[in-house]
Amino acid sequence: MDASLWFQNRLIGAADSLFRRVVESLWFQDVLILAAVGFIVWLVVHGSRSERWRQAWVRLRRDRSGVAAGVVIGLYLGIGVLEMIQIPRDQFGSISILGWLTRGVAQETSYSAPWASTSLSITRVEKLRGWHLLGTDALGKDTFVQTLRACRTALLIGGITSAIYVPLGTLFGIFAGYFRGWIDDAIQYFYTVIYSIPEILLLISLLLVLGKSVTNMSIALAITAWVSLCRLIRGETMRQAERPYVAAARALGQSHWKIITQHLLPNVMHLVLISFVLGFSHLVLAEAILSYLGVGSPIGTPSWGSMIDGARGEFSRDPLVWWNLTSATAALFGLVLSLNIFGDSLRRAFDPKRG
Amino acid sequence: MFSYLIRRLLYTPLIIFGVMLLTFVLFSVLQKPETMARTVLGKRATPKTVQDWLHTRGYDKPTFLATGPKKPGQAGEGMFDTIFFNEMRKLATFNLGVSDVTGRELKEVFQQGAIPSLLLTLPAYVAGFLMAVGFALFLVFVRKSALDTAGVFACVGLMSVPPMVYIIFGQAVIALSFNYFPAFGYEMRSWSSIRFLLLPVALMIVINLGSEVRLYRAVFLEEIGQDYVRTAQAKGVSSVRLLLVHVLKNGMIALITYVVAQLPLLILGSLLVENFFGIPGLGNLLTSAIQTNDFAVIRATTFLTAILYIIGLTITDILYAVADPRIRLS
Repeated sequence: MDASLWFQNRLIGAADSLFRRVVESLWFQDVLILAAVGFIVWLVVHGSRSERWRQAWVRLRRDRSGVAAGVVIGLYLGIGVLEMIQIPRDQFGSISILGWLTRGVAQETSYSAPWASTSLSITRVEKLRGWHLLGTDALGKDTFVQTLRACRTALLIGGITSAIYVPLGTLFGIFAGYFRGWIDDAIQYFYTVIYSIPEILLLISLLLVLGKSVTNMSIALAITAWVSLCRLIRGETMRQAERPYVAAARALGQSHWKIITQHLLPNVMHLVLISFVLGFSHLVLAEAILSYLGVGSPIGTPSWGSMIDGARGEFSRDPLVWWNLTSATAALFGLVLSLNIFGDSLRRAFDPKRG
Repeated sequence: MFSYLIRRLLYTPLIIFGVMLLTFVLFSVLQKPETMARTVLGKRATPKTVQDWLHTRGYDKPTFLATGPKKPGQAGEGMFDTIFFNEMRKLATFNLGVSDVTGRELKEVFQQGAIPSLLLTLPAYVAGFLMAVGFALFLVFVRKSALDTAGVFACVGLMSVPPMVYIIFGQAVIALSFNYFPAFGYEMRSWSSIRFLLLPVALMIVINLGSEVRLYRAVFLEEIGQDYVRTAQAKGVSSVRLLLVHVLKNGMIALITYVVAQLPLLILGSLLVENFFGIPGLGNLLTSAIQTNDFAVIRATTFLTAILYIIGLTITDILYAVADPRIRLS
């Protein structure tokens, strides 16, 4: 065998197995979630000291649509957390709190309409064991419970992706805007390359290489998502770096690191927060599209995208099975809409002149 | 301007190189050429036919760099006689090659696919843009009223529905209940076959409308705050004329950035809509290439997309400088 080919394969194989071992381990997900939570806490603590953030907070509280959207997002978060936390059930395994709360919901054998008493079947109509608010899906699972459980997938993907791409995009953007020169050229080169590939092609091929899982989908989405944040932060940093306070800091002999962390970062952080919230809604939508194309969530993971995907076959049935599509779309719509509205309110709160 | 163009021209091959390198890395991990040969040739493939298939396509060479000692009978001479560099050389002369799966000449395939794609995306793009600008101007006209708030809310609502739900709804409800629009298929023989395109075009407009209206509204609102608007108002220009002449004209300069860059990419069609309605455009071609692992098609498509994207960026920059003399390209 060709020595270089052997070496290439060996290298790819080793990197691949290491990558898989890290990514597929549970602690990796936990670390990322903890990092994301820690980052948000740091942001709030850090922000509360700054005058701009305090004023924004005051304005945000007066913004009625923003508060309403925030409450809805909190509701989704609550449901997602209920599904994330596992409690031991018996010696065989554990169950999520949401699963424990809904343990009374009966399992049927096939489709059944909302509020129906018999299953939806032409050949063998069976009496249902329980009552279902939004009917059941092909496997006889309650649609409402499935919709609630899918919150976790959407939030996990949004959260893990943001935990990867937000720090990267911010850091690269600030570096490019502050140092200029070859660092700027290199970073611009990277994102132009990624941007020149059709996004959906890049996502699909990345997912085919990495394999189906929630973490892998987050990694693939993060690879494409950092670009727009980086461009935004780069532009804003360039504008800030020309301001006198940066020149003053440099004249006082402050190090680059101090200028970046103490002067530039706080002044672009509100943009990061706004694009994080608005970007989250894009990620939730992207998860649905990817699951729909068949490269997203693994089979068995409840996800709004896979529920909508199932509707393709359901719509050609007679009688029409509409409840799976409707409830998944409604749940998705609610989350994305409130994220968008909340993001807009945040923007208005931080920049009242332009909102 | 001239030095800018020269720099762009020098920059382009570098970008294309990066794009192709990334594509090659991804797809060489995804599938070995041998696996591809076996899938294409089917069950009756013998080691000899597989070797021949690989040899005619040049896939029997190393992937990136031929650094190791040559094995006996292996093709290739120098260090750069590899799949990657050979294909790059071909693509640089716009020799797209043949499809790995069907064996058809890709130049023809792309020429055939471009027409349905353009028939779908061009009307959707033009009509969508005009509608979005119209709605945005209207929202700016009634700004800071309940109607404006409701309009923005509707836009955000339109954006929050996943695109495939629109398509499913269009196929299952509109196509089936009106019995005029075909839910699937494509033909271009006479004027009446335009009904095959009406529904996909309408759906494409709706899918993009929300985000576009919101964006254009923000752009026009930015213009409304400028000094020249106040001057015009002081001069007694009517508010309709102010909006349709002054603000629209100046806002267009800002819109160029968003609009023109997409123009060359229209030829690639729309992945989701084409796939759903069975329109044999380039979007559909790419989807089936991904499904069948047709590396030649994917390679050629990424190459063309990257070039079109850079062309779009360059045209945007030039138009920007032409439209706004304050901007200098350097």
